[in-house]
Amino acid sequence: MDFTILTDYFDVYLEGFRGTVLSSLLALVGSFLLGALIAVFRIAPVRVLRWFGTGYVEFIRNIPLLLVVYIFYYGPSALGLPLDGFTAGTIGLAVYTSSFIAEAIRAGILAIPKGQTEAARSSGLSYAQTMLHIILPQAIKLVIPPLGNQFINLIKNSSVLTIVAGLDLMYFADIVNTETYRTFDTYLFVALFYLVLTLPLSYGVRVWERRLERRY
Amino acid sequence: MDFAGAYSAENLSFLAEGLVVTLIVAGASIVLSFLIGCVVGIIRYTQLPVLSPILLAGVELIRNLPLLLIIFFMRFALPEIGINLGLVAATVTGLTIFEAAMIAEIVRGGLASIEKGQIEAARSSGLGSLQTLWHIVLPQGLRRMVPPLVSQFISLLKDTSLAVVISLPELMHHAGIVIGHGYTYTIPILLLVALIYFSVNFVLSVISRRLETRHV
Repeated sequence: MDFTILTDYFDVYLEGFRGTVLSSLLALVGSFLLGALIAVFRIAPVRVLRWFGTGYVEFIRNIPLLLVVYIFYYGPSALGLPLDGFTAGTIGLAVYTSSFIAEAIRAGILAIPKGQTEAARSSGLSYAQTMLHIILPQAIKLVIPPLGNQFINLIKNSSVLTIVAGLDLMYFADIVNTETYRTFDTYLFVALFYLVLTLPLSYGVRVWERRLERRY
Repeated sequence: MDFAGAYSAENLSFLAEGLVVTLIVAGASIVLSFLIGCVVGIIRYTQLPVLSPILLAGVELIRNLPLLLIIFFMRFALPEIGINLGLVAATVTGLTIFEAAMIAEIVRGGLASIEKGQIEAARSSGLGSLQTLWHIVLPQGLRRMVPPLVSQFISLLKDTSLAVVISLPELMHHAGIVIGHGYTYTIPILLLVALIYFSVNFVLSVISRRLETRHV
């Protein structure tokens, strides 16, 4: 391993690292909000909302992430409103991941005993209030490990941004590669940058899972 | 939007060629990663000394890296150490390494989910530990693994699209080329490609549901 590549091009790597982290964080927030909304749709007492929620999840989960990214990259530009690679890629990541997060949140909500809903409703809380004040706060604890796993997936998946020139780690690694012609070492360092993010997260998820197991 | 132009016989057969490559690559990778994943998962389950910890480290490392990086590495970094893989071989190798790590965890988890009482009963009826694994734990464990395995295979099929980074002529690569012919083709082609991926994956999940109901 030639560490001079890492030291010489550290700024380039760092720029890409920043892009990967930023895109993953933005997509995490976006996919959580969207996923929570879709999860509530999927168990809502209104049939149209349930249909929409199910259709959304089933459709998005069964197409590749890259296709979702293409939809937000090529789609708007075909309609005359081009988005840059970073924006289109991050929106694509958020939409794709939201379908998985919706399923995780739905499973978490369904794991809360029915008696909780019944008690809340008979105390006079509306459906929306019951969700917001009683069910969601309890479900969130169960949902943290799968959410953590989705965040790890997001970080890894953000590498597709490079395909639409999305200024992420893989994209900047290409710049290093074309200057050094040392593909093996260049991308070994890229792997290290990803592992710095994903390994501690994986460990954290496992610790939280074990805590939940002990409690229930 | 030019649906007639986008869906010309020429474009459709070009996309069909891409789909064939996608299916071949996915099929080969599913078979290989399932076999390797089973072996690794069983070794991890039996906690063989030396080998099991090494495999644990390998599995954790691979699971925490982006698949896109692994595929890219197989194609462009390995030649520097004298390993030249063609487009299809590099994609299948990358997919297999990554998905086998995922499947190994599914297999290990499935086997570990078999109740201790089953193993104790088998052992006290005089079965050896290998016999117990083969006749008692594996058949029951495999049944429980069907749903997560099928969703992993669906992921694998979607993930073949990441091979656009090495220009494998699969479905997404060909879709990108057709979109490049004119922005009026963009939306019709994205719709069609989404429908294709969705249909293939939908068939897979229907088969999975059938398998579950038949066995349980």
